[in-house]
Amino acid sequence: MTQTGSVADGWETVIGLEVHAELATETKLFSGARNHFGAEPNTNIDPVSLGLPGSLPVLNRKAVELAIRVGLALHCEVRPSIFARKNYFYPDMPKDFQISQYDQPIDLGGWLELPSGKRVGVTRAHLEEDTGKNTHVGGSGRIGGAEYSLIDYNRAGVPLLEIVSEPDIRSADEAKAYVEELRAILVAIGASDGKMEEGSLRVDCNVSVRRPGAPFGTRCEIKNVNSLRSLGRAIEYETRRQIDLIEAGERIRQETRHWDENAGRTTAGRSKENSEDYRYFPEPDLVPVVPDPAWIEEIRAALPVLPADRRHRLAAAAGLEHTDQPVIVAVERGLDRLALDAIAAKADPGRVLTHVEHNLAVDGAEQLAGNTLAALVALETGGKLTATQAKAVLAELVELARGGTQGDPAAVAAAKGFEAMQDSALDDAIAAAVAASPAEWERFKAGDAKERGKLTGFFVGQIMKATRGKADGKAVTAKLNALADG
Amino acid sequence: MPARISRDDVAHVARLALLELTEDELERYTEQLGAVLDHATDVEALDLSDVEPLSHPLPVRNVFREDVPGEALDRQEVLGQAPAAEDGRFRVPAILGEEP
Amino acid sequence: MSGPTALELAAAVRSGQRTAREVVQASLDAIAARDGEIHAFNTVTVEQALAAADRIDATVAAGRDPGPLAGVPVALKDNLCTRGVATTCSSKILDGWQPPYDATVVTRLVEAGAVVVGKTNLDEFAMGSSTENSAFGPTRNPHDPTRVPGGSSGGSAAAVAAGFVPLSLGSDTGGSIRQPAALCGVVGVKPTYGRVSRYGLVAFASSLDQIGPFAATVADAAACYDAIAGWDRFDSTSIAEPLEPTTEALGRGVAGLRVGVVAEMTGEQMGIAPDVLARVRAAADALAAAGAVVDEVSVPAAVYGLSAYYLIAPAEASSNLARFDGVRFGLRVDAPTTAEMQRATRTAGFGPEVKRRIMLGTYALSAGYYDAYYGQALKVRRLILRDFDAAYERFDVLLSPTSPTTAFELGAKTADPMTMYLNDVCTIPSNLVGHPALSVPYGTGVDGLPVGVQVMGPALSEAMLFQVADVLEGSLA
Repeated sequence: MTQTGSVADGWETVIGLEVHAELATETKLFSGARNHFGAEPNTNIDPVSLGLPGSLPVLNRKAVELAIRVGLALHCEVRPSIFARKNYFYPDMPKDFQISQYDQPIDLGGWLELPSGKRVGVTRAHLEEDTGKNTHVGGSGRIGGAEYSLIDYNRAGVPLLEIVSEPDIRSADEAKAYVEELRAILVAIGASDGKMEEGSLRVDCNVSVRRPGAPFGTRCEIKNVNSLRSLGRAIEYETRRQIDLIEAGERIRQETRHWDENAGRTTAGRSKENSEDYRYFPEPDLVPVVPDPAWIEEIRAALPVLPADRRHRLAAAAGLEHTDQPVIVAVERGLDRLALDAIAAKADPGRVLTHVEHNLAVDGAEQLAGNTLAALVALETGGKLTATQAKAVLAELVELARGGTQGDPAAVAAAKGFEAMQDSALDDAIAAAVAASPAEWERFKAGDAKERGKLTGFFVGQIMKATRGKADGKAVTAKLNALADG
Repeated sequence: MPARISRDDVAHVARLALLELTEDELERYTEQLGAVLDHATDVEALDLSDVEPLSHPLPVRNVFREDVPGEALDRQEVLGQAPAAEDGRFRVPAILGEEP
Repeated sequence: MSGPTALELAAAVRSGQRTAREVVQASLDAIAARDGEIHAFNTVTVEQALAAADRIDATVAAGRDPGPLAGVPVALKDNLCTRGVATTCSSKILDGWQPPYDATVVTRLVEAGAVVVGKTNLDEFAMGSSTENSAFGPTRNPHDPTRVPGGSSGGSAAAVAAGFVPLSLGSDTGGSIRQPAALCGVVGVKPTYGRVSRYGLVAFASSLDQIGPFAATVADAAACYDAIAGWDRFDSTSIAEPLEPTTEALGRGVAGLRVGVVAEMTGEQMGIAPDVLARVRAAADALAAAGAVVDEVSVPAAVYGLSAYYLIAPAEASSNLARFDGVRFGLRVDAPTTAEMQRATRTAGFGPEVKRRIMLGTYALSAGYYDAYYGQALKVRRLILRDFDAAYERFDVLLSPTSPTTAFELGAKTADPMTMYLNDVCTIPSNLVGHPALSVPYGTGVDGLPVGVQVMGPALSEAMLFQVADVLEGSLA
């Protein structure tokens, strides 16, 4: 896919995202029916989640707490809020209205920092209830051609937090980074499991294009974006479509469009005659939510350190920038605590982050203790283990950690036969190799950097063979050069 | 103050409310709703710009339930009350149009 | 028409003097004898009632406490959910629906030992003042079957007035308990909003609806109120304040109590009939004679109550009644698509008054009109509350007619909705501000039909209202 909407071809994409996150509660937003994905159809139901006549909603305290957590994590103001009814008929919505926070949301005005260091504004986050699920039967199985539909209300009433960003995002990649960062935050604070494939995280995007510096263009809202990949593709497609229209002299119509994953395009939604008149009014069956400041502070105090802060913290400890790749990767993998502990135990930060980035993309790596990793790095930097040997030892250490024990790197190395080569033994091996190939050695001694580079490989290979891999490549190279020049 | 409710207004709200009206009904309801709204002109005429709306008679706030599962309904009992059911689910005719 | 009171029956059952089965059978017999004419009931639950009576008798026989209302037959307005028993709201759209759960008030009455004998007729979805808007035909006034019993809880009022049951429950959104109580000559109580759980009451207008008792005597009404009132975890708007048993307030008298007669509800502008006004004056005199300090009081904004009510109640109703769409329960009229099915179902299932209010409410909430109608009505509600608060600084309770007239003839007001709506002019303000109010019978009008006097009080003043009603009741004897 070619990069579209970049400033390079004279256009800029403007993106705002609405992310619906299902909150990780035991029960639904307004009743004690279970919030549990994958149950048998219509088993997580009660009078409230079925919207039976006479049923009344009672707000789940945990859902409010999670909404406050998210608000605080996104630097929002947590405010007094009320629920409203959004009235429209749809068969998967049991009451034929949705209870949602409308003009008084719980979280207002925050921001989120992307790994790139860019801040994306968060307009608001508000609580609302999810709908049930329709299955279309007959025809093509798609909504248009179905003969009839079956409805499962297990999901109806599951708590959602709708998180609305400012139109601060400028590319498909940035949009994906935003969703990934938001997901990392939601998971870190226990607000949501963040599983896009199970619908726990759903994204609608508003896309428009403009000449850089010009006012915002007319936007289209794109729905049915079910994965990060779809998000990127949908934005790139929609950007191209809008640019093509404008360049053809046409106007963009503000509308809702549907992402068709198979066709790889967005299509205009059916225009609904009543869609604009939701007749919002305050939900009379619920009372205002006015969180006690003490409660908010209690929730704030219990928040874990968030991904952006973790990047800053690790970067500071490692002497890097928070936008550097190894730092981003360490936090993404949840291995920044390990790295910090290892660095605190005096391990070389560069070696630590190299291991985290390249050798620890495995389950259970987070169970490794910082001291263990530090001990391993110390063997390496002390010339007791080669990089290759260290990697093998590390894999073994992770296995042990997963089983609940922290191994001793030196003992593991020894067990693998990686006993440290004495310097004198290495010197002996080098001398033997040089003696065995006098012609090559003469060329090495006389050669420039390029020539030496070629021959280094030859000598290291010989020495490795002789030492059965126990020699450290870097140490050998250094010694060869020293010998030739000295 | 809004103009008196028109036939078109009544047709519009009937559409919103998923009600079908005959021509006669449209005529009659336009008249009757107009009469009720005429009575409400006393309220429309009041200057209440500095009065806080009262959407709820009681100053109650922060009513929560704990996040503890309650009793679920029996699926058979519930589906037994449904006009149509199949495969543990509520059955409805074809749904046209996209999700709002 | 007056048989033993609920408290007398309960005492007899509790002491083993009478069995619950006998008491319940007598109630069922009375219903069988005369309900063909009155049509107070949509459903009579003969077998369940007798089985429940037997359980009470077994409890008594075992020496356990059967509850304060042991064996008392009660009737429930048919908009209160009863598990496994049809709950219709007198609408075709719910025909045949059997809820899978009980309303909280039903659970509480049963826990108190009462025995449900059936579900009573109402104006469809409680929208009306005469019980003529029922899909199953009107209820008639036991005092004169050519007259309406009032509404919307006409069936529950008539069931008590006819002597079928000593107690029944209704719901009151704009006067739907008090007005039929007045027209049927029984006591009817609308408690403070939030005092009685609404869980299981099929909602009409959520911010106005309250469930309350009908009874032949003030003491019975108080006993029933005590049984059903109190906090409920299933209703967010339920009040947590502890409850003082109101039955204990009876007999305290009214000496020194400050009673205000509401000027706006006794003047000509509200269209109150002179014979009704005369009874309100007589009630005021009786209270003064019993030592109360009686004066006139003005609640100026109350005159806007009707207008505000007919914007707020339909608005909430238009949303509450959306769920009746043929998908999950009740009536379905088949059609090729779901939207067509929903439209056909609602069109066939709702009666004209319900459609009228749904459309009125939809209009009041729709884009462009919210501020002028719904928003403005909510502000008027605040005005009315301020005026009542001011009145209660000078008075303990307020007095007014309940209904502008005595029971009118069937069909007299069905042609013009606005005429019908004017019936609620004195009762609506209490709903708008959430305050308690009751209607107590106080003699008859020139036509010999019952007149009710309304006693209003500030939030949570039920005990005082019963105290005043008790004095009025006693002054007639």
